[in-house]
Amino acid sequence: MSEGTTKQFLYVNRKAPHGTVYALESLEVVLIGAAFEQDVRLAFLDDGVFQLMKGQDTTGIGTKNFAPTYKALGDYDVNKIYVEKESLDERGLTEDDLMPLTYEDEDDDWAEKSSIKIVSRAEMADLIDSSDVMFNF
Amino acid sequence: MAILHTVNKSPFDKNSLERAIGCAKDGSAVLLIEDGVYGALKGASSSSMVEDAMKTVKVYALSEDVSARGVNERVMDGIELVDYAGFVKLAADHSQVQSWL
Repeated sequence: MSEGTTKQFLYVNRKAPHGTVYALESLEVVLIGAAFEQDVRLAFLDDGVFQLMKGQDTTGIGTKNFAPTYKALGDYDVNKIYVEKESLDERGLTEDDLMPLTYEDEDDDWAEKSSIKIVSRAEMADLIDSSDVMFNF
Repeated sequence: MAILHTVNKSPFDKNSLERAIGCAKDGSAVLLIEDGVYGALKGASSSSMVEDAMKTVKVYALSEDVSARGVNERVMDGIELVDYAGFVKLAADHSQVQSWL
């Protein structure tokens, strides 16, 4: 990739995690894309917010539990994770119901910081508007 | 004999739960499975509809699907969790199974 062409990538996640394959596919594409050192942002809205629920245990349904993988995103420099507040509210959820996702800030003596930012629907609209490339799941 | 209505879609994404409840006669049962278990959440936009339904209809949720989605602590009071064996028993104990996809 030629230098100086960093683009704003936005992954838009709107599906619940286990009923369909969208969430797992999105996560895999994000991890692959992380290798290209673009400016990557993840948005979780509508049923997509369920992907970040704490305590998911798929033992009983016999599928791969990919939820812990979200915690590795910070190690891949994917640390801009936006969760829409209105979507949480509609589902009776708060940020406390979500997995804590963190990264180590190299510009701040490797301090551990939260990757999750709760945003309003209006801010989500701005986020989408300011992105160069969008991937929808 | 009463019908068992199963719902496997999120109430925030599809109207399957609303339609199931609308067609569930007194004494029948609604079983939430797969993404349908999100219909068991308390404090959600769907909660009052489910609470109203529970006055006349028994509502169950499949525990394996609840655990997979990490929503155990968010399930509203009055919804009974059943495992796969319980699902089979419910199917056997009702005259028909109507699946709201």
